[in-house]
Amino acid sequence: MSANPDHAPAVSPAAPAPGPDPVLAIRDLSVVYRTPGGDVRAVDNVSLDLAAGEVIGLAGESGSGKSTLVYGATRLLRAPALITSGSVRYSGRRMAGGAGPVDVLAMRPDALRRLRWREISIVFQSAMNALNPVLSVRDQLLDVIHAHLRMPRDEARERAASLLDLVGIPRSRLRSYPHELSGGMRQRVMIAMALATEPEVVIMDEPTTALDVVVQRDILSQIVELKERLGFSILFITHDLSLLLELADRIAVMYAGQLLEIGTAEEIQHGPAHPYTKGLLNSFPSLRGPRRELAGIPGSPPDLRNPPPGCPFLPRCGYGTTACREVDMQLLPVATSPDPGHVTACPFVLPQTPVPPTPAAPQSQPETAGELGT
Amino acid sequence: MTEQTQLLTSAAADRGPLAMEAISVSKDFHIGRRQILHAVRDVSFNLYRGAVVALVGESGSGKSTAARLLAGQERLTSGEIRLDGNPVKVTSRGDFRRYKSHVQLVFQDPFSSLNPVHTVRYHLERPVKLHQGRAADVDAEVVALMEQVRLTPARQFLAKYPHELSGGQRQRVSFARALAAHPSVLLADEPVSMLDVSIRLEMLNLLDDLRQRFRLAMLYITHDIASARYFADEVLVMYAGEIVERGPAEEVTQRPAHPYTQLLVASAPDPDNLGSALRRGGYRSSAADTARPPGSQALRKPELATTVGCPFSPRCPLADDRCHREDPALVQISPTRGAACWRLDVAAPELVSGLPDDRSTTAN
Repeated sequence: MSANPDHAPAVSPAAPAPGPDPVLAIRDLSVVYRTPGGDVRAVDNVSLDLAAGEVIGLAGESGSGKSTLVYGATRLLRAPALITSGSVRYSGRRMAGGAGPVDVLAMRPDALRRLRWREISIVFQSAMNALNPVLSVRDQLLDVIHAHLRMPRDEARERAASLLDLVGIPRSRLRSYPHELSGGMRQRVMIAMALATEPEVVIMDEPTTALDVVVQRDILSQIVELKERLGFSILFITHDLSLLLELADRIAVMYAGQLLEIGTAEEIQHGPAHPYTKGLLNSFPSLRGPRRELAGIPGSPPDLRNPPPGCPFLPRCGYGTTACREVDMQLLPVATSPDPGHVTACPFVLPQTPVPPTPAAPQSQPETAGELGT
Repeated sequence: MTEQTQLLTSAAADRGPLAMEAISVSKDFHIGRRQILHAVRDVSFNLYRGAVVALVGESGSGKSTAARLLAGQERLTSGEIRLDGNPVKVTSRGDFRRYKSHVQLVFQDPFSSLNPVHTVRYHLERPVKLHQGRAADVDAEVVALMEQVRLTPARQFLAKYPHELSGGQRQRVSFARALAAHPSVLLADEPVSMLDVSIRLEMLNLLDDLRQRFRLAMLYITHDIASARYFADEVLVMYAGEIVERGPAEEVTQRPAHPYTQLLVASAPDPDNLGSALRRGGYRSSAADTARPPGSQALRKPELATTVGCPFSPRCPLADDRCHREDPALVQISPTRGAACWRLDVAAPELVSGLPDDRSTTAN
C-alpha cells in the first residue's frame, strides 16, 4: 500500500458504526486502477463496518466498485489495482485473544495467509470456474482443511463429509467432480468450502446470480440458516437490490466507487433517502401486489477516469441542481429516519421528497465498458 | 392433446393477426449411446403481431431450444412451424436467409453475441446489405437503426468496437442488428438477464416500444416471471420440455394453477413482504429435491424419466401414484388458460371448481 497524496481523503466521512465493535472496519478506503489513460478511481474513500453476526448487503451496478471494495479490503487485488489510502481493521474472536484488532492492509504475507479463509472466506460468483475441475469434491474440501487447519487425516475426511451434510448434499457426492454437479450443487460446495474453517466473516460475491430463482431461494434460505447456527457475519455483494431487501440486516448502496446510502433493510425499502436508491427501488417489476408504474434509471454511470465534480449521480438524477456539483459526498444522517445509522450522501433529498418527472436519458454521454469488473 | 390445446385461445390473440404457429413441436437430442434427451415435447403456441408471449422456466427447461427451433436453427424432431399460415421448410441456405428476413433471434449474452474484432458499423451494415439488397441506402439505414434503438448520437457509436460499449449498449446493437432485416417475428432469448437490474427496465421498455412501432410478434424468453408479468400478454410456463401452464400474464402470475408455477412464484424475491419467509427461515423446499434440476434426472434415465408420468412429479408436493405413472395433458381452465396437472382440484381448487369432473380421460 502506498499513499498517494492526490487521493488522500480531504474529509473523513461520517463513520457508520452501529453496534459495539465491528468485526471488520473499513475506513476511507480508496482503490485506483492504473491505466495508460489515467487512474480509474474504482473505490473512492469508502467506510463500512460489519458487525458480528450481521448480514450487510452491498448493492451496486456493474462497475460501481463493489467487488473492488471487498477484494481491496481483503488484499486480493493485484496490479494495476492499487490501494491509495485507508485502513481495514479486523477483530475476530480468535484474534481478540491475541493482539486485538489487526490492520489487514499492513499485514505481512504469513499473517495474511492465516487471515484468509481461516478468518475471512469468500464464496465466488461463478462456482463453475472457482472449483477445480480435476479434483473431486472431497479433495477440494480436504485441500482447504489441510491448508488452514492442523488436523489428522481421518478427522479431516469426517469434517469434509459433515460439511456436505451442512449444505444439504448427500455424502455420496464426495467422489463427484464439479462437472457432475448441477449449478446449485456447485454453489453449495463453494459455500461448504467457505465454511470449512469456521470463519468469522464470509464474503459472498453474487453467489446466486447464475442460478434459477427456485435454486437461488433454496441457497439463500440455507445461508441464513447456517448463519444463525454458526454465527458468522456476511458481506453479500449483488446488483439485485430486491434480494437484499429480504436477506440483509443493513444495506449499503454503492455507485461510481462511492457509498451513497447505508441503512437497515426496512429503512432502505420504506424510506430510501438517496435519489439513486429511490431509482433502484423503482426499477424492478414486482410479482405481487398491484402493478406499479416503473421508472428505472435512465442514462449510464460516469467515466471513473475523469469523474465529474460533486455528486457522481448528478447526470442521471431527476432532483439535480447546480448545487450538486459542489457536494462533498459525506454520508450524513437522514434527519427524518428513526434509524440513527441511516446515512445518505445527498444533503438535498429526504425520503419524503416527491419524485420529480423522469429526466431525458443523457444518451450522448460516453460510457466506459465494465472494465472494473462486477 | 393437440385438440385440447387448440381449444385454448391465446391471451395475445386480440393484439393483432396471427404471425407464427408452433404446432406440437418436439425436439430430441441424442446424447451418447442410446440416450435421448427430450428437450422440447409436444409444444404448441401462437405468436401474434404486436403481442408478446413469454416463455418462462428454469435453465434446462427447453425454452432456448424452443426459440432455436422457431428461428430455424435446429431441425424439428416432429411437429410443424407455420409462418403467416404457410408451413416452414428450411432446406437450403437460400431458404434460411429468406426465413431469417422474417424471423430474428436476439441472444442473451451481449458480450459473446457480437464479434469483438468488428465495429458497430460492420455489425449493422452486413444484415442491411444482406436483407435489403443493393438498392438500399446502407449508411442512412444503419443510422436509422441506431436511432430506433436509441443508440445516439449514431455517428459517434459507428466506429466503436464491442469492448468499448457497456452491456446495455451492446444489447442495443443486438436489437438493431435483428431489426435490420425488418422482421415480423422477434425471438428474444433472455434479452435482459445479463444486464444490471437498473438497465433491465430501460431495455424492456425499448423492446416494448419496438414491438409497438413495428408490430413485432415477440417471444420473450426469461426465467424472471415478474418481468413476464409486466411485459407479456400471454405467459407459457415450461418445465422439462413441456408447457405445464399457460394463460394471460396477470392471471398466471397472480393466481398460478400448476404446482410448478406456484413454486416459481413463491421463489421470486418478494420485497413487498419484507423479511417474511427468508429471514425467519420459514421457507423450506426440500433441498435434496431441488438440488437436482429436472434435466439431470432426464439425462441419467431419459427413457424412464421423460416418458412416464408428469415431469414435475418427483419434486411436486401433491404428486400421487397417477402423477408418477401418467403424463397429464393441458387441461382447459378458462377460454384462455390451461394447466397440465392431475391434481388441479387440490393445487388450485378455486380455479377448477366449475370444470366437469371427467377431464381425466384426455391423457396422451
